[in-house]
Amino acid sequence: MPKSRREFIKSALSIAIYTLTASSGILYSKLAKAFWVKEYFSPDTFENTLHQLFEDAEFIDSRKIKLSRLPRVAENGSSVPITVSSSLDNVERIYILVEKNPSPLSAEFVLSPAVETRVSARLKMAETSDVIVIIEAEGKLYRKSKRVKVTVGGCS
Amino acid sequence: MSSIKIRTKRLDGNTQIRTLITHPMENGRHKDEKGKLIPANHIQVLRVELNETNIIVCHMAGSISKNPYFDFLLKGGNAGDKITISWVDNLGKADSNEHTIK
Repeated sequence: MPKSRREFIKSALSIAIYTLTASSGILYSKLAKAFWVKEYFSPDTFENTLHQLFEDAEFIDSRKIKLSRLPRVAENGSSVPITVSSSLDNVERIYILVEKNPSPLSAEFVLSPAVETRVSARLKMAETSDVIVIIEAEGKLYRKSKRVKVTVGGCS
Repeated sequence: MSSIKIRTKRLDGNTQIRTLITHPMENGRHKDEKGKLIPANHIQVLRVELNETNIIVCHMAGSISKNPYFDFLLKGGNAGDKITISWVDNLGKADSNEHTIK
């Protein structure tokens, strides 16, 4: 006996709801399991830090990443504001790196779908350097960087 | 008093979450007046929860500024929603605070 149309819709819906809950569950548990990795934050060269984080993955330079509030010239390297936002879909992680800092990785944000891709922070910068933001979304890595001239270093 | 201040503000149907944390964020490379190295003492993990579910986890180094400030943008957000922010530092110290969206 074929199922009635109503029953079919009901079961299809419950499967859809189950899938939705299950996938958001995976994302949330990803956040619960995310942990601080010493190697990522240890003093090292920028190249080695990138390799620790992403091995040999390729980066896509993207105009869909916006770095606002990050000044071209920072008079005080001990507190440099940055706001990262993006129109990329399904962003999972945001990495903020300062190329010339002794420990290049400043912060890694793991985001759930409950938040917009928009985070602000304040960085220490030892000297004039590129600030590189890498966004992980749908298994790809997107990059945007901006040079910040530091007048007085912040002993990062 | 908690080391964590939390403020929220409605922005075009979303909710901005701002937090200011009192913490020295020493990276272990600074020296004190006597020339002795000040041991590293910085937050490693910051968690933001919405009604007891993680929504943001931030891992950081000592290169985040002293007394860290962060802001985030929650999609939607309703009056009565509970925001919990907590941190753990490299010495194992921890703190957490709660805020209810108005």
